[in-house]
Amino acid sequence: MSILVGENTRLIVQGITGREGLFHAMGCRDYGTEVVGGVTPGKGGSTVEGFPVWDSVERARRVSGCNATLIFVPPPFAADAIMEAADAGVELIVCITEGIPVQDMVRVKAFLRGRDSRLLGPNCPGLITPGQAKVGIMPGHIHEPGNVGVISRSGTLTYEAVWQLTNEGLGQTTCVGIGGDPVNGTSFIDVLELFAEDDSTEAVVLIGEIGGTAEEEAAAWIGEHLDIPVVGFIAGATAPPGRRMGHAGAIVAGGKGTAAEKKAALSAAGVLVVDSPAEMGARLSEALGR
Amino acid sequence: MKIHEFQAKGILRRFGATVPQGKVIDDPAQAGPICEDFGGRCVVKAQIHAGGRGKGGGVKVASSPSEAERLAGEILGMQLVTHQTGPEGQQVRTVLIEEALEIDRELYLGVTLDRAAERPLLMASRSGGMDIEEVAQSDPDAILRELIDPLLGVLPFQCRRIASGLGFEGGTARQIQSIVSSVVAAYLETDASLVEINPLMVDSKGDVYALDAKMNFDDNAMFRQRDVAELRDVHEENPLEVEASEHGISYIKLDGSIGCMVNGAGLAMATMDIIKLYGAEPANFLDVGGSASQEAVASAFRIILSDPAVKAVLINIFGGIARTDRIARGVVAAIDELAAEGTPVEVPVVVRLEGTNVEEGREVLERADFDFLVADGMATAAERSVEALGG
Repeated sequence: MSILVGENTRLIVQGITGREGLFHAMGCRDYGTEVVGGVTPGKGGSTVEGFPVWDSVERARRVSGCNATLIFVPPPFAADAIMEAADAGVELIVCITEGIPVQDMVRVKAFLRGRDSRLLGPNCPGLITPGQAKVGIMPGHIHEPGNVGVISRSGTLTYEAVWQLTNEGLGQTTCVGIGGDPVNGTSFIDVLELFAEDDSTEAVVLIGEIGGTAEEEAAAWIGEHLDIPVVGFIAGATAPPGRRMGHAGAIVAGGKGTAAEKKAALSAAGVLVVDSPAEMGARLSEALGR
Repeated sequence: MKIHEFQAKGILRRFGATVPQGKVIDDPAQAGPICEDFGGRCVVKAQIHAGGRGKGGGVKVASSPSEAERLAGEILGMQLVTHQTGPEGQQVRTVLIEEALEIDRELYLGVTLDRAAERPLLMASRSGGMDIEEVAQSDPDAILRELIDPLLGVLPFQCRRIASGLGFEGGTARQIQSIVSSVVAAYLETDASLVEINPLMVDSKGDVYALDAKMNFDDNAMFRQRDVAELRDVHEENPLEVEASEHGISYIKLDGSIGCMVNGAGLAMATMDIIKLYGAEPANFLDVGGSASQEAVASAFRIILSDPAVKAVLINIFGGIARTDRIARGVVAAIDELAAEGTPVEVPVVVRLEGTNVEEGREVLERADFDFLVADGMATAAERSVEALGG
């Protein structure tokens, strides 16, 4: 089993005629995801690398029956691309684009209220259900099917965690990157709820970073609702306050959002917090008695 | 992105807020005539981006034109040290000369993003001049809060609620409503990430002024805020950080001795953390970006090594889509390039490569003329970097 994506995923790529969009459309298809085509306004009717291209998401959905979209549209137009996908009723919207203005995302979130689409990202690596579907930019080969759910705000740090798990012989149900922006679609709690309902997910690795209070909220939820082992790591213990550490959302501001606070909240909720990013896999292995 | 007080006041005035009369100068001789125009009394305010200017001696009241010139002369060119500048301080290049007003009440007004609510949040308090974070700690109920609907902006009843909550009625209340509305409009329309009026001042006649003003902006929105982007003052920024951003690299200088080069912001922070766990301090945060191209790697090397405190470099790359053999070739080429330029890399370089095509990547490093210390996990890489410091 898995969450959000799997064998039934029918994916389109918005921005498929761009360099990155096409590259990753092919990467997802090579992994085995059913990529049914893509959208680039003004290029409808053409074909790239065997993918049909449509002018609008509405048309793409009507013709292809897609239920997921992967967005590579540049920042000035990305918010519009997300809202277009939601308006067309696409169930899962994954936005990879980095650098979308915060106020655009605030408006996107207001637009999404009352609609059925789920947004993942922006500024995220996407998600993957090993052996079934890759909807993102992660290297597929480091993953193995299994029973650990992974949730993270980072990209390459998620790969690091997954690689450690795979080397420990711990495969994954689904690995989800929720993204590093201050306002994003899917939260830690949203994903934790899905993992809690998924019978095959027997443990979770949660990777947070400084900034905001999403990890603290996740900790409170875990404490009340989740009774499977959770290993947690928070990046940025050494980050100086007031400085944005690469990700727009990774900033300790007004004394809030420090790694120490987040680790304390997670520990209090029973999460096995590791201080070393090199020990995520080993710690979970130990907790599972492997 | 940050801007100066006088620039923030210029923007706020455009949105209808009342600010004191003032002029920006870079020559002390200009202060006298301006002070004269303001009736012989004025305030001389250092224009640097850091807060805490008053306590650091960067804000002074002059009661005559000659005193204004003397104070402007003292402040211009000084290295102003505040709690936000670090011990070296920040050089004052311009001062704002403002009319001196009779302060009756000092209030606080601010707008920023409420991340949990995913909307802008308007905050106001009767404790002007104080750090809002201290007020939030000591007396959270003293802060009035209004969430702003991103599609509607601030609504008139919210402005009225703020004015009456601050304890005003009549003409002063109407002026406060008006400035609240201006501040929110400025926040929304300029893609600000923070607007802070601290203090918002009421004078003895009951008139309301933005006595100080701070605005920060969303870097990601500068493509559609050309006017704001032009207000950037690179003198206020670390030159290495400016250079890095020109190469698409995210770099922040820190105080340690191990330079870090990592792909991805989360992994970069985690690499800093593990260096600290092994007993050393990172010299920087550096994210070379997703592709980690040869050009980016070479620039990153130059930037890291221009910090004389760096005694070892740790490269931690998890090749995803970017193949590690290509990245390894980039690292080797960058080192050759630096040697050819007459600035060879003379500190130990620990490399940890993982991910796509890692075997080929490690072979590239082994065949290179440069003696890399190759490590096969984050822990080993951190350990070897710390050891390299001693050797």
